[in-house]
Amino acid sequence: MSSRRSHSRHSNASRITEEQINELVSKLQMMLPDAPIRRNSRVSAKKVLQETCSYIRSLHQEVDDLSERLSELLASTETDSAEAAILRSLLMQ
Amino acid sequence: MNRKNYTHPNPNPNYTSNNSMQSLHFIQALARINRAASKPTTPSCRTKQIRHAAYSSMAYTSGSRRKWSRALLIRLRQRQRLRARRLLTVRRRVRIVTPAMSLPEEPARAETLRRLVPGGRSMEYCNLLEEAADYVQCLRTQVQLMQSLVDAFSS
Repeated sequence: MSSRRSHSRHSNASRITEEQINELVSKLQMMLPDAPIRRNSRVSAKKVLQETCSYIRSLHQEVDDLSERLSELLASTETDSAEAAILRSLLMQ
Repeated sequence: MNRKNYTHPNPNPNYTSNNSMQSLHFIQALARINRAASKPTTPSCRTKQIRHAAYSSMAYTSGSRRKWSRALLIRLRQRQRLRARRLLTVRRRVRIVTPAMSLPEEPARAETLRRLVPGGRSMEYCNLLEEAADYVQCLRTQVQLMQSLVDAFSS
């Protein structure tokens, strides 16, 4: 992080922004799935970004998978649970 | 749908009014899909409709407040228009490429993240981090919602 500071031309502006960036990176780190384990250790920004990318990809994949399952379940007519009946009636409106 | 952008102390940070709006939008979209199921639809078509509804309800809930939701709404509408024009053709996934704004002071960082977050290409690094956090939050909510629905239907 300090090497970046030495390259900056507008030192005041980028020092403030560095703090903001660190804050945002730690905020991202806390959203990652293994955040509780890592809370105390300092993870590099690069690692946080990498993990955020793979987390986003896995979430996209989950949306795809769940869409498929929902599609199958909506199509099927056999269900005898009360919850499902309620949801179905909600969806039938 | 104008929501004032303020934060208030939330006793349960896992549940926000945004979450319930997102759930409502998604379930309404599912209801529409279900009603329209009288037309013959292939399973893959329905899957795509549901997937479209998922991203659509995410984007619609955040509305114009977030750059990623604006970019996602534009992308979804463009895809829908293209799909409506050629109903039966199998199309490759449409990439709407926006030219990245040149940032004279900072080099473009986090290329991969920019590609993953809608509208990320033209964001400043600082905004990108903030938008990414919000996007991840919305994605998580959507996944939880869909998982609950799947569990409810399959029990």
